Amino acid sequence: MTVVIKARDIVTRFGDNVVHDGVSLTVNAGEIYGLLGGSGSGKSTLLREFILLLRPHAGSIRVLDYDVMALSPFQAEQLRRRWGILFQSGALYSSLTVAENIAVMLQEYTDLSSDVIADIVHIKLNMVGLPEHAADLYPAELSGGMIKRAGLARALAMDPELLFLDEPTSGLDPVSAEGFDKLIMELRDILGLTVVMVTHDLDSIWTIVDRFAVLGDKKVVAEGDLDTVMKSQHRIIDAFFKGERGHIRSRHGN
Amino acid sequence: MTETRTLLPHLACVKTSSEEVVLASRGDWHADLLGALKPSLQKCIRALHNVALQWDVSEIGWIDTAGMLLHIQALEQLQNQGCIVEFRGQSQDFARLYDLLQKYRMAGASSERPAQRSAIVSILDDIGKRYVGVWYTLANFLAFIGENFVHFLYSLRHPGAFRIKAIIKNIDDAGFKALPIIALTSFLIGVVIAYQGAVQLEKFGANIFIVDMIGISITRELAPLITAIVVAGRTGSSYTAQLGVMKLTEEIDAMRTMGFDPHRFLVLPRMIALMLALPLLIFFADIIGIAGGMLISNLHLNISFHEFLHRLQNVLAVKHVWIGIGKGPFFAWLIAVVGCFNGFQVARDTESIGRYTTISVVYAIFLVIACDAVFSVILTGLGI
Repeated sequence: MTVVIKARDIVTRFGDNVVHDGVSLTVNAGEIYGLLGGSGSGKSTLLREFILLLRPHAGSIRVLDYDVMALSPFQAEQLRRRWGILFQSGALYSSLTVAENIAVMLQEYTDLSSDVIADIVHIKLNMVGLPEHAADLYPAELSGGMIKRAGLARALAMDPELLFLDEPTSGLDPVSAEGFDKLIMELRDILGLTVVMVTHDLDSIWTIVDRFAVLGDKKVVAEGDLDTVMKSQHRIIDAFFKGERGHIRSRHGN
Repeated sequence: MTETRTLLPHLACVKTSSEEVVLASRGDWHADLLGALKPSLQKCIRALHNVALQWDVSEIGWIDTAGMLLHIQALEQLQNQGCIVEFRGQSQDFARLYDLLQKYRMAGASSERPAQRSAIVSILDDIGKRYVGVWYTLANFLAFIGENFVHFLYSLRHPGAFRIKAIIKNIDDAGFKALPIIALTSFLIGVVIAYQGAVQLEKFGANIFIVDMIGISITRELAPLITAIVVAGRTGSSYTAQLGVMKLTEEIDAMRTMGFDPHRFLVLPRMIALMLALPLLIFFADIIGIAGGMLISNLHLNISFHEFLHRLQNVLAVKHVWIGIGKGPFFAWLIAVVGCFNGFQVARDTESIGRYTTISVVYAIFLVIACDAVFSVILTGLGI
């Protein structure tokens, strides 16, 4: 199986505050990979390191076979075209309509004619399940769920191989969250994506995540599929999955 | 390292017989590389009418959404031209992507897109929208002033409702911290007026009249106007930006739900603070402006400071100073109301903060100048 992301012994510090102290994990092609952990465990920080927004102090990261720690500007640009990122709050450009938000990369990086771009936008909107009239709305006029979907459509605009999602279901009601989970799974299947998502939504972990890593104590305390992780005896795993919320789910869901 | 070998996409058009044509796509059909391809694609297929076509796609290396769309669009065009097209040698990926795009392309396509309006209609539409928008803004503005006044009256009846601390903080921000820039501008205005006057008065040997000119023009007109304009640019804009960001981050909604009325907590303190601070700033500007004029008179017309001050005491009636200072609260009210009102107008996108801040400053300066003109007309009419 091809490895898409390989992180080894990452150390991250903010001043005296050590966030990661030897974090290692591996993401394989075609899987939905979850990054878990409590608030402040550094999972979003780790994601930012994968997508070139932050540089760890030590360690090595390979993303799509690029060495992220030693990247020339040209390689960085190539790499950036091969992934799509959905930010936690959508991060749609508020001065552009949804359609313009989706088209912005295509317009900037390709010489495609406007009717082809319009067609691509139309297809992406359909893929993420947004109604046609949403195309001409501004981000301020969208609901929370629609913002996430529009952000996802924008992330998919350039046909990425790798999709990063930062808490895709946070702020959504359970029904929308479930719909969004399903959408991610469908898109993974039909587009052959590799998905890396930061989440602390237990439902997502039970239903769509293939493998995941649990961050805690500045390290990865467990990595693997659900059964492997559940066998681990670490107290953070216990707190996460065997607390009240985890219990209810494992009794009824699995 | 991933392989970076890319083959430029291209389309070969091979005519095998009069009825049968073979098209062949080759290379990597990647969005980055397709820009130049569309014209040649068009040239190739435009001439094909009512023929049976074989489209060989077996030599495509890599194809993405954009590349596939070009195929699909070409296919549709050919079918409209009465051709029968058959793909040949499709890889699994090609077939999958083709089906996928067809599925999502057709979905929702039935819903009619609104017809494009003609240019004239859209211009008229735009004018109409703007006109109505102006009236709405005006109505909102009047409502804002009214609401604000009601809260002011309430605070007068219940003096405890005035937010004294907030007022003092705003006086510090809008008044005290503005002293350096006010000093600089009013000093320069004094200098400029003195220079312009000195050249003219020297011709008539009427040097000493520079004192009358500087004293009256600065205290009555220039100091109030310049101070108000600086304050509009400095404080009016910050009021809009502050309240705009608070609206954007839903802080104002949070205040409303806690029973903190934004008028009482945000608008009135700013308004009162500015109405107190601006007259004081004008008085300060009077002094600095006259000092600037006095310096130039000394250097240029050899009028000693003592002589200047003596003359000033005789010719500058106190009413001029009071009129200048008296304009202060009116200007301040305009600046604060326009600044705060535009802050509340900010919508939920980041661009509108910039837009409304600009609007706020432009309107405030315009209204200050208009108000000054009204004062001139009324005071002249009254013979003061």
